[in-house]
Amino acid sequence: MPMPRWRLFRPRDLGSQADRAAFRTLHTASLMTSALRTGLNVRSAERSVRHLANLLGCPAVSLTDTSHPLAWHGRGSEHAAQVGPLAEKCVADGKTSVHDHREFPCAGPTPTPPTAQPGCTLRQAIVAPLTVEDSIVGTLMAFTPHASAALVRATDEAARWVSGQLELAELDAARTTRMEAEVRALRAQISPHFVYNALTTIASFVRTDPDRARQLILEFADFTRYSFQRAGSYTTLEDELRSIERYLVLEQARFGDRLGVVLRIAPEVLGVTIPVLSLQPLVENGVRHGLAGKDGPGSITILAEDNDYEAVITVEDDGVGEDPERVRRALAGDESMDSIGLGNVDERLRSAFGDEYGLVVETAPGAGTKVTVRVPKFAAGVYS
Amino acid sequence: MTTIAVVVSISLVIALTLTIGVFGLRVSRTTSDFFVASRRVGPFLNASAIGGEYLSAASFLGVAGLVLVRGVDMLWYPIGWTAGYLLLLVLVAAPLRRSGAYTLPDFAEFRVESQTARQVASWLVCLIGALYLVPQFQGAGLTLSALTGAPTWVGAFLVASVVLINVAGGGMRSITLVQAFQYWLKLCALLVPVIALWLSWRGDGAPTSHVHAVDWVEPLQGPRATYLTYSLILATFLGTMGLPHVVVRFYTNPDGRTARRTTVVVLALLSVFYLLPTAYGVLGRIYASDLVASGRTDSVVLELPHRMLGGASGTLLTALLAGGAFAAFLSTASGLAVSISGVLSQDVLSHRLHPVTAFRIGGVIATAGTLALTLGTQGLPVAHAVELAFAVAASTFCPLLLLGIWWRGLTARGAVAGMLVGGVLSGSAVLAVMVGAQPEGWAGALLAQPALLTVPLAFLLMIGVSVADPAGPPLHVGRAMVRLHLPEALEVDRGTYHPMAGRSADPRSI
Repeated sequence: MPMPRWRLFRPRDLGSQADRAAFRTLHTASLMTSALRTGLNVRSAERSVRHLANLLGCPAVSLTDTSHPLAWHGRGSEHAAQVGPLAEKCVADGKTSVHDHREFPCAGPTPTPPTAQPGCTLRQAIVAPLTVEDSIVGTLMAFTPHASAALVRATDEAARWVSGQLELAELDAARTTRMEAEVRALRAQISPHFVYNALTTIASFVRTDPDRARQLILEFADFTRYSFQRAGSYTTLEDELRSIERYLVLEQARFGDRLGVVLRIAPEVLGVTIPVLSLQPLVENGVRHGLAGKDGPGSITILAEDNDYEAVITVEDDGVGEDPERVRRALAGDESMDSIGLGNVDERLRSAFGDEYGLVVETAPGAGTKVTVRVPKFAAGVYS
Repeated sequence: MTTIAVVVSISLVIALTLTIGVFGLRVSRTTSDFFVASRRVGPFLNASAIGGEYLSAASFLGVAGLVLVRGVDMLWYPIGWTAGYLLLLVLVAAPLRRSGAYTLPDFAEFRVESQTARQVASWLVCLIGALYLVPQFQGAGLTLSALTGAPTWVGAFLVASVVLINVAGGGMRSITLVQAFQYWLKLCALLVPVIALWLSWRGDGAPTSHVHAVDWVEPLQGPRATYLTYSLILATFLGTMGLPHVVVRFYTNPDGRTARRTTVVVLALLSVFYLLPTAYGVLGRIYASDLVASGRTDSVVLELPHRMLGGASGTLLTALLAGGAFAAFLSTASGLAVSISGVLSQDVLSHRLHPVTAFRIGGVIATAGTLALTLGTQGLPVAHAVELAFAVAASTFCPLLLLGIWWRGLTARGAVAGMLVGGVLSGSAVLAVMVGAQPEGWAGALLAQPALLTVPLAFLLMIGVSVADPAGPPLHVGRAMVRLHLPEALEVDRGTYHPMAGRSADPRSI
């Protein structure tokens, strides 16, 4: 049956009453997400408390930390100063509770005022704890003329939802700290094998070729200085490549003709900003895989090309290759893989430049490995 | 004979360009010279590259043509195109490099922290790039038609195809060495013939016919000449800093200090170069004044050797000039096309496309669109057409750069308002002139040289809207200013930053 014409002019079908209520609730909740994801602080509390009042439909709502108010929305803001004791009580027993107006008396003209001024409608307070990882970090308080069972339930659920967001915020923060810690670890963790091998190699030159030994020791010193001491999370491609060159000089001293190195660097991209030690692990992997399990000589090729608004850097070895599935797991952050920091490099590139700038690894057993890094020449906020 | 020589010379330039573009300069560096790999591009090389990309059809052919027709007033073209770098040197070069921005939209995002400003800047880069590309294609058509008798669209089509192949094939992406070579090629292509012509003029008894006409040697002749001249001066002086293909070259400098040094060398290189077109213009006045009547003044550089020397030497020099001219079209056009494609693929086309695909699509849009515009426009003098692109740059990016660098009060809304109004006004004036609008009186003067009106207007709007903007300057303006103005060598805390926190916390960046 054809649709009657008049239907075209009717408002779009937005679902039943209940559907719309659900949409509204979800929308209000989504408005708070970005603020709450920065953690529980005055700023995020101020930005989300209005939406919470909307959600719960009560005249006043407050967010507190464990003993002090963070934000108040709605009528009777003079009560904001009194929420401290309520919050402390809630922290002590850890449950959602309802409090009478006696516990937050209105300020009045007489020395002993009645518990509530005639104009004040905030007769009862529902206090629900906000928990992050089993410890209470604050409370959500809803003030209302009458605390119905439904409102108590709603407040409790809202507090749970806020707790969930705060846990996610905690997770974000933890992830950032972890990445920073990993960079510190990467810096400190020049492979002990490398140090040992470099030193024994240098030792072998001390008598036969003292000049070269001296040169190598200086390279080694500069290499460790860059790896240990460089401040800040970003550096220029030039500095990173310089450190890589030192590393390769030392490895070549050890392997001699077995390790071939080709560097082709477009001078136009040397000023590009990259996360510190983001290429070094790739080169180290390349040298290890390019030579491991092979009898003949191996080679590693490092290219940096100019591609208008971005630089394209590739590190390629002709070694035994790797099972792509294992690389996928290493990129996903599986600790048991022995690719040094591949997942960490990927994560840092993504967080600095956006998800489209992750590592691209092309490999197959017996076919060598090629890792491609794209870096934009400019990214807001990323400076060396 | 001449035709064959010219065709051979042009084919050689094109073949060379394509070869370098497609295969790139694949200089491998192996173990023995490790540390050479990290050597940065020096100011001299970089300045030559800027010169190579900057000197276009307008400089190579157009200036001489204008001088031939209208005399001393037209000297403001080469002077302005050089002096623009003086302003760039004093006010912009070092801070721009320190900002870390690669393109002008990058700078807009860096300074006013707004994606809207970035988008507006991206569209303006496309507009200025297209306006600048038109005279390149036009000049190519003109050169080929003057020397071989081919229809004008052939040359335009030829240059457009070469540029397209290069951009699509991934070549010509700011290979500094190639661009630097282009400068010296262009210089030699003009210098060698002019020496021969000068000797011939001396041998002729140094005639000075037609040179002493009053309207040719006296400045500010003709109706509204004062307005037109000052407007031209403003556009060329302030427009240089807003040229998309020039600005990206500064990224190659290691720091602000070398950016300044590079600019000083550019000033020297351009000062030398621009002596030559003027000489051609004067010689043209003496030996080829009939070109004025026939309206083919832009080809004066190409016709002089034949008229003055004739014979085999004339043919050889003509071929040299034709090759140099094509080098000029190709280098500037490639630089512009790459800039436009980059901006198109980064900011305009969908992010779902693969970057390489997006870049190629951007290249096709840029070249094909501009070619269509070229074929649709009237034969404006090449130099004037280029100068109109300068007027748009001066009315949009110049205020953004100058206020952005030197005034902390600039806000996102102010920047957007100034760029939009300046861009729309100057852009529509330029497009009107290009399609042949020539109203009488003041309206005509305003259309022909809009800069004196639109540049101050853009400045006033940017300042006015910024002052009235309730949102105030961007969140991190203090940090941006520190970054722009402190020399890199100073060990100062330039502010820490975490990209994830920054992206979600600033509501204006959405």
